[in-house]
Amino acid sequence: MSAVDIGMAGAVPRSYLGEEYTLASWLFTRDHKRIAILFFVSITVFFFIGGFAAALIRLQLLNPAGTLFQPEVYNRLFTMHGIVMVWFFLIPSIPATLGNFLLPLQIGARDLAFPRLNLFSWSLFTFSGLWAIYFIFIGGNDTGWTFYEPYSSNFANGHVIVAAVAVFINGFSTIATALNFVVSTHRLRAPGMTWFRLPLFVWAIYATSIVMLLATPVLAMTLALVAIERFWGVGIFNPVLGGDPILFQHMFWFYSHPAVYIMILPAMGVVSELVTCFARCPIFGYKGMCYALISIAIIGFFVWGHHMFTAGISLTSAVFFSLMSFIVAVPSAIKVFNWTATLHNSRISFDAPMLYALGFVGLFTIGGLTGLILATLSADIHLQDTYFVIAHFHFIMVGGTVSAYFGGLHYWWPKITGKRYPEMWARYAAILTFVGFNFTFLPQFILGYLGMPRRYYTYAPDLQTWNVLSSAGASILAVAYALPLIYLGWSLFHGKRAGPNPWGATGLEWRTSSPPPKQNFPRTPVVTELPYRYDPRDGSYTTQDGVHFAEPTLGEASV
Amino acid sequence: MFSGRLQEQYTDSTQQSETAQLGMWVFIATEVMFFGVLIFSYMIYRVAYPEQFRLAGHDSFILLGSINQALLITSSLTMVLAVRAAKADQQRALVLLLGVTAALGLAFLGVKGFEYAKDAAAHSVPVVDYIFKPGEHRPTEIFWCFYFVATGLHAIHLSVGIALVLILLVRASQGAFSPGYDAPLEVIGLYWSFVDCVWFFLFACIYPLGRAGP
Repeated sequence: MSAVDIGMAGAVPRSYLGEEYTLASWLFTRDHKRIAILFFVSITVFFFIGGFAAALIRLQLLNPAGTLFQPEVYNRLFTMHGIVMVWFFLIPSIPATLGNFLLPLQIGARDLAFPRLNLFSWSLFTFSGLWAIYFIFIGGNDTGWTFYEPYSSNFANGHVIVAAVAVFINGFSTIATALNFVVSTHRLRAPGMTWFRLPLFVWAIYATSIVMLLATPVLAMTLALVAIERFWGVGIFNPVLGGDPILFQHMFWFYSHPAVYIMILPAMGVVSELVTCFARCPIFGYKGMCYALISIAIIGFFVWGHHMFTAGISLTSAVFFSLMSFIVAVPSAIKVFNWTATLHNSRISFDAPMLYALGFVGLFTIGGLTGLILATLSADIHLQDTYFVIAHFHFIMVGGTVSAYFGGLHYWWPKITGKRYPEMWARYAAILTFVGFNFTFLPQFILGYLGMPRRYYTYAPDLQTWNVLSSAGASILAVAYALPLIYLGWSLFHGKRAGPNPWGATGLEWRTSSPPPKQNFPRTPVVTELPYRYDPRDGSYTTQDGVHFAEPTLGEASV
Repeated sequence: MFSGRLQEQYTDSTQQSETAQLGMWVFIATEVMFFGVLIFSYMIYRVAYPEQFRLAGHDSFILLGSINQALLITSSLTMVLAVRAAKADQQRALVLLLGVTAALGLAFLGVKGFEYAKDAAAHSVPVVDYIFKPGEHRPTEIFWCFYFVATGLHAIHLSVGIALVLILLVRASQGAFSPGYDAPLEVIGLYWSFVDCVWFFLFACIYPLGRAGP
């Protein structure tokens, strides 16, 4: 069939990168692709700030005596790590960068619905980020990222209000981006792009955005009340003044548990794209995947109490939240089964994005199953606030989300920059991430099981072996995360030019030039096909606008 | 938002206008959660300390609250009449109605300010100047915290609304709106009515307390 791409007909239009070169053309752009790059730069800075704090934490825990930092400093260190990683890296990570870049491309739109709002979102994010950096420089605070009351308002040392303001402003950025995604998905789909022809990445971003929209305002109000209480000394949550600290926990976790799904749902979307493309096989159970995403988003709002089993909530509500936590695992399990079923009888090629995706599936499964252990009331009594919990949520957030983020970054790198990255280096980095991650966090399950509490600057001497293992793993992980920064940076200048569709993928984003022109498509594509029409028998594929291609050459050719 | 030009991501102005309205509806959904959690936590304390909240609520000024309720409902009426005037291409009526809407909003803020002054004179400002009246304990202070936080946030929202309506007023006096282009009026009208609705709930939470029964 015709090999002429929509974007390739006639002269290649100027790419969004080559439109203008001034700094102002970047800082005041309304192009969703450039805003995605702005977000990418911002969150990369925060990823390494948060990572640096993590490295210091692991250094401190090499030694049971905890002699590297004073206890007060250690408290501020893990607080900073938590706040920076949660709000300034993980939550915006995939939605604000890959989502911003790809959502309009994948639905066949020329931009998001509200481009100025999109830029405003980045400005807010950067402003809140500067607050966060200011917060770090003036010494941070010691509440942990959870701001637990009444500690945070009455007893905490450090700058609780500054942190609350940074997170509060950050929340508006989240809301603005999510609003844009929801409205764009509803209103700007290309002709023929019905809901059940949307790529799963779009479904995932859509589900995530709904959660962001409904959960983030609750956090904003909660932190506003904490700041008011700390500033004026009123008693909204302070039991001495008649307030209820457990109410704070309810309000905080009503946001912060769904926030976990804000982090993992986009990752699930990315992995769905990667697994199908590199298995050359349609996704197993497409509609089931859509419904699973939406049900995770909905049920995720009714599990927050599982953070509070030991906080003194009634047995009735504890049983309810335990049950709901088991139920929310069902759609997650459906997704894992569908990814693995997609691999059955397929033509897998182990390029770097696929390695990240397979790593995700394994790590997410471990993280999810240990979540079930924690959802069990009797087990949670023992494991609450131990390193078992730390390991569990790092398997989801770091093993899961960060792996998928890196996988997606490699997969769409040719589309975003127009350059190929060095494949062998990327495979090393992917494998190193998997190895380093397990090395770091598997010992923490054992530490937690043995009773090592979280947030302590010191620990019993007989736990040192596992802690040293974990710290050694962290150093491997640090290398694995720094490597892509180097070779992806190198590829910007020395990478081979990428064609419009280097992976032979079916989405609309691959039907325009790499990097795409400012308007995305020279003319609006018309969608006639389901997503993921790969043929595992010969590796051929049909793009969503109905053009059939033979199997692409993957992997080695690009080294 | 205030220029009628078709932006490149839309195929026609109908799509652009409807999308703007959907955007405002989604934004209102987030605002519902924002105020919702505040009202919800108020309810928790209301149920926990019914007698104390009854005593505290009795000290609020229901007459001023009721006047404000009336002002805001009327302003919502003039706002939707303004939208209708734009659809009927009645430019003079449009400008007039927008002016009345903004004036009613400002009147609300004036009454609210007066009420805050009376609250302060009655020593009802938590921490800063608070005197427990006979039978009152700590939880009454929580009531007044919520009173100031909720009405304060509402006043901020209303101030934003007034500013937006004033911008609309300037644009309308320049003849910017027509039956074919009234999306900003629709969108800001939605916001205005939402802020009005929030006051319904705050009114019900604050003023009737302690006034029923003996």
